[in-house]
Amino acid sequence: MAEATIKPLTLNFGPQHPAAHGVLRMVMEMDGEVIERLDPHIGLLHRGTEKLIEYKTYLQAVHYFDRLDYVAPMSQEHAFALAAENLLGLELPRRAKFVRTLFCEVTRILNHLLNVTTYAFDVGAMTPMLWAFEERERLMEFYERVSGARMHSGYFRPGGVTRDMPAGLADDIHAFCERFPQTLDDIEEILTENRIYRQRSVDIGVISQEEALDWGFTGPMIRSTGLPWDLRKAQPYEVYDEMDFDIPVGRNGDCFDRYLVRMEEMRQSLRIMQQCLDKMPEGPVRVDDQKVMPPKRAEMKRSMEALIHHFKLYTEGYHVPPGETYAAVEAPKGEFGVYLVADGSNRPYKCHIRAPGFAHLQGMDYMCKGHMLADSVAILGSMDIVFGEIDR
Amino acid sequence: MANTEALTDLGDYIESALPDEVTATKVAFGELTVSITRDSVVKVLTFLRDDANCHFKQLVDITGVDYPEREERFEVVYHLLSLKHNQRVRVKLPTGEETPVDSVTGVFSFAGWCEREVWDMYGVFFANHPDLRRILTDYGFEGHPLRKDFPLTGFVEVRYDEDEKRVVYDRVKLTQEFRNFDFMSPWEGMLHLPGDEKAGEQGEEKKG
Repeated sequence: MAEATIKPLTLNFGPQHPAAHGVLRMVMEMDGEVIERLDPHIGLLHRGTEKLIEYKTYLQAVHYFDRLDYVAPMSQEHAFALAAENLLGLELPRRAKFVRTLFCEVTRILNHLLNVTTYAFDVGAMTPMLWAFEERERLMEFYERVSGARMHSGYFRPGGVTRDMPAGLADDIHAFCERFPQTLDDIEEILTENRIYRQRSVDIGVISQEEALDWGFTGPMIRSTGLPWDLRKAQPYEVYDEMDFDIPVGRNGDCFDRYLVRMEEMRQSLRIMQQCLDKMPEGPVRVDDQKVMPPKRAEMKRSMEALIHHFKLYTEGYHVPPGETYAAVEAPKGEFGVYLVADGSNRPYKCHIRAPGFAHLQGMDYMCKGHMLADSVAILGSMDIVFGEIDR
Repeated sequence: MANTEALTDLGDYIESALPDEVTATKVAFGELTVSITRDSVVKVLTFLRDDANCHFKQLVDITGVDYPEREERFEVVYHLLSLKHNQRVRVKLPTGEETPVDSVTGVFSFAGWCEREVWDMYGVFFANHPDLRRILTDYGFEGHPLRKDFPLTGFVEVRYDEDEKRVVYDRVKLTQEFRNFDFMSPWEGMLHLPGDEKAGEQGEEKKG
């Protein structure tokens, strides 16, 4: 029989699909079950965050960052706070740095727990997700106790953190650190040696070091290729240079390595959290600068000066001297950066958000080429995609 | 900061290696900014990527900034990262609404979506880009939202029409006009009072 040429089938994936981790539409050109070309259509969750920030004061802008990557809110605030502090020339008190480091790592666990287990869910294992969400709830309880909100905390602000940790929280976080490795062991036990899990993730979505750099990958994506690049080590901010922790790296750059890297990162995060709790000094958690940080409420009731500052800081806000800066943090998903241009007024002139997921999703087409349709779901899951930050 | 010294040296090195392309280098807030001419972007970025003293192997970000009062109103900003030397550099070039910028997709694959985003948000055209479509805004969107003359509320809004049984686009109707408060006051940071023309002269005198 003569060979017939088959026209590639165009398949529409999404915009609503349980495995797409948000509203993602992908137009795939399929040769049978094999993907030939994949075109992600993003922007379905575009809210114009960058435009909105240009119309808000610096303090109001903080809260938009919670809503970017809503799985790891504090890391985003952190990048913005660092950028604004750089322009303002603020040096934080030591305790504030420790509190920030501690909650950055809480955030990392929060994020990795969700990613690892939803990824496992995508490839067929449902149980870990139920365990992880229980732990996530405990971590979000820490969020709530420290900031008043489970997710949209608005805790890291330029000049420090909103308020000090309440009494007893340190003990509870310590108890969590003691107990949590058991959950990690359980998850690893059910996944790492699991035959189905391995079949779905080993040698799927392999990427080399050069390719990862070329496509702008960061975070666990680049570390899974064996490149030990972590901003917490390379360009330390807050008190990461005083912390003793390791950077896990993968070897093959496939989905399975990315899972292993994330699991080990959670254990390292626990180490950092314990060190933070042990070393945390007493003292203020906000800079002693009345022109940036609003006064305490009790003070406001008695001092006229404090009342004026309170009023002016919550209406006009502070003015940031002209200049431009780029501040990046190692967010759980990769390098999250904020490029801030100030013109001397009380609002950012320009605030660009560099989201790690944006780079990773662009690599989808490259990584999926030649893979099966079902693998695209695994690759997408291993990239740790959250549309809040990609669409902005 | 020792870092500042290293960055100044790097800036001088880049300027001496590419004297025609680089118009200025500046180190501020511990970051190096290299301003270049518009036509040389591919050459400069290739140099920064491949030169042994630079090794900026990773493109971190491309974005634009809009300065409507300038003759060439846009600035395209590239952020690069060198893992080997643990340094960052920012490359800037000016462009206008009509003047295309060469695409750097051939140098860094990551540039593809970044340039699409700048095109979408600012309307900066990238020549030789393989696939310059809008990326973040809606299908069939008109305008470039991050331009300073684009209103925050936009021009169109969507709603579900009960009669037509589909989503329809309408012009934005505001029940109350958008209030853009001017909080500028002589309280802090404001160097010149509005209407105070003499302030500049006095300020100069004080400095002198």
